[in-house]
Amino acid sequence: MQQRLIEVPVFSNLAAEGKTAEYLFWVGSSGSYDDRAKKITRDFVKILEKAKVNYAVLGEEETDSGDSARRAGNEFLFQMQAMQNIETFNAYNIKKIITCDPHDYNTIKNEYPDFGGEYELWHHTEFILKLIEDKKLIVDHSTFANQRITYHDPCYLGRGNQIYEAPRKVIEKTGCQLVEMKRNRSRALCCGAGGAQMFKEPEKGDMEVFELRTKDALELNPNIIITACPFCMTMLTDGVKLFEKEDAIKVFDIAEIIAKANAL
Amino acid sequence: MLKQLIFLATVLIALGVFAYSVRNILLNISFLKKAYPLNRWGERFARLLKVGFGQTKILRFPLIGFLHALVFWGFLAILFGSFEMLIDGLFGLEKFLKILGPLHHFFMISGDIFAAIILILIIVFLFRRIALNIKRFSGIEMTHKAHTDANFALTLILLLMVSLLGMNMGYSALNPSEAHLYPVSKVLSYLIVNQNESFLHIFEQINWWAHILLIFFFANYLPYSKHFHVFMSLPNVFLSKLEPLTQMSNMERVTQEVKLMLDPSAPIPEESNDLIERFGMKDIEDGTWKHYTDSLTCTQCGRCTSVCPANLTGKLLSPRKMMIDFRRRMNEKSPHLRKNKQYDDQKSLLDDYITREELWACTTCNACAQECPVNIDHPSMILEMRRYLFMEESAAPSALNTMSTNIENNGAPWQYPPSDRLKWADNLYINE
Ligand code: SF4
Ligand code: SF4
Repeated sequence: MQQRLIEVPVFSNLAAEGKTAEYLFWVGSSGSYDDRAKKITRDFVKILEKAKVNYAVLGEEETDSGDSARRAGNEFLFQMQAMQNIETFNAYNIKKIITCDPHDYNTIKNEYPDFGGEYELWHHTEFILKLIEDKKLIVDHSTFANQRITYHDPCYLGRGNQIYEAPRKVIEKTGCQLVEMKRNRSRALCCGAGGAQMFKEPEKGDMEVFELRTKDALELNPNIIITACPFCMTMLTDGVKLFEKEDAIKVFDIAEIIAKANAL
Repeated sequence: MLKQLIFLATVLIALGVFAYSVRNILLNISFLKKAYPLNRWGERFARLLKVGFGQTKILRFPLIGFLHALVFWGFLAILFGSFEMLIDGLFGLEKFLKILGPLHHFFMISGDIFAAIILILIIVFLFRRIALNIKRFSGIEMTHKAHTDANFALTLILLLMVSLLGMNMGYSALNPSEAHLYPVSKVLSYLIVNQNESFLHIFEQINWWAHILLIFFFANYLPYSKHFHVFMSLPNVFLSKLEPLTQMSNMERVTQEVKLMLDPSAPIPEESNDLIERFGMKDIEDGTWKHYTDSLTCTQCGRCTSVCPANLTGKLLSPRKMMIDFRRRMNEKSPHLRKNKQYDDQKSLLDDYITREELWACTTCNACAQECPVNIDHPSMILEMRRYLFMEESAAPSALNTMSTNIENNGAPWQYPPSDRLKWADNLYINE
């Protein structure tokens, strides 16, 4: 086994050489700047490389999707962001987009069409499943074989876009033991970060939403909690820390366990 | 003949009062905004069958949901008989729809059985509401009046079922050859079968009149009750948004302005003569017809609030309260608005009913909308009010202003320069 430096392809560079890519990997603001989410981004790129996917990123030409601005009530800013991104997508003739962020997935897929931007969207959980089903990626069974894993449904992926089974199928490919929280799928409890909550202090209450959600997970005594959203990642990581379980329980994104399973 | 005339008069009164209530609702809708366009009729019918008639969402609470679904299906079966009573009463006939043969038999048998089932269930529901302390039925929005309304409506249904069974008992005793069409009442009629014929006649007639008058009264009470869902739930489900729950509605006016900002040569839209609308919602008239029908349809069952992460963690927000508040404010303001479109009482839905603290606690997780058995969309109302706060009053929590400024300046919610956007890709190695 040897290490290879990945040079992440960027659309503007490809264009300069007269080339393009089939898929845009939309990294999103969290995936680009949040330290924890950056690890997810890196692992997902390794998966794309491993499966030899024809992809590229926008790099500095990417700008925030506007999801949080819209949900905070700033419709002007959201629409500016949307139109700017659509212009960039169209300049590179982008048709297919993959992202690890369910909020951006939702906004680009469902809300950008109002401004003329219609794209084929893939959440990375769906995309990884497709790679596995197309035999472009083989997941090693041994690494997580004895692990007890539970999966937290991100609201914008599940209730928002009805993606419940793809992440579960991918997790099961690792050969782990998948256990369900009492509130799962369409009944899953929010982690507390959506609707721009990520960026503000919570309102007064008895406890934090992430505390309650982490409790749901801890009831199962898992070794690993998995999610598929950078916001959920922040919240559940905080929750596990709050209960001082960070040594016993790890919180991973789906991309991370697949990369780890295959020692990428 | 006299009976027919009296009946006709009561029908006309009932219809007249009902028409007045409907007229007011339609007038209220006329000063509300448009929501999404109504199209995709095939999908709407499919949804009506599934969520409406199939009761799929109420069944998400399996036990109590099933019991309620039985009441719903029972009402549908009983409706046939009510319709027949209307024809009989107007034309002086008896059991006119017998001409439908087996279909009539089916509805008589099922209606009779369901009447008994509903009767028992209503007693169970009343017991749950009055004697058991069920969390879902409590909350700041659940005032004494709200509880009285619920119990009163349930009592009316109870009486409806008692009179229906009484009527069927009398009829079975008088017409033994048809008694098998009323399996429950037939058994109950053993209590009265020994009485003479004129007693049985009077017994049947009293129950007949009681039943139909209760229907008329109930129908006219509903528009002022949380039990209006009896009428509203099917239409509200049919008209509900087909787009994904997390898709927010677009603001066309903003689109026009943003396009102008990005490209000053874009065609300038014609100025409309209407009053310049507010951005977002401050008071009811800034809402859409769907916000209003949602508020009319809400049964105050509390399923939404019982799954709301904000509410579960002790925050003020309760999605059910949004619906109740909207309807209360509409009731307060609309009689004046119907007379004078400019009416202003120095109050508004925002602040006087719904506080900012409630609005900012929402995570837009859509658990409420997912759970609501009648497809009410609470987040849409919350987000419209946030739009008002942000764009008209610049009154968002300061952290959200910071986030916005960051996005404007650096294209990210945090203070990082755009030139760092690809930093994550530095020194990225793969094992091969
Ligand atoms: S969308 Fe808002 S109101 Fe509805 S359940 Fe989630 S937090 Fe509560
Ligand atoms: S909004 Fe829906 S779920 Fe909530 S109380 Fe009303 S009917 Fe029940």
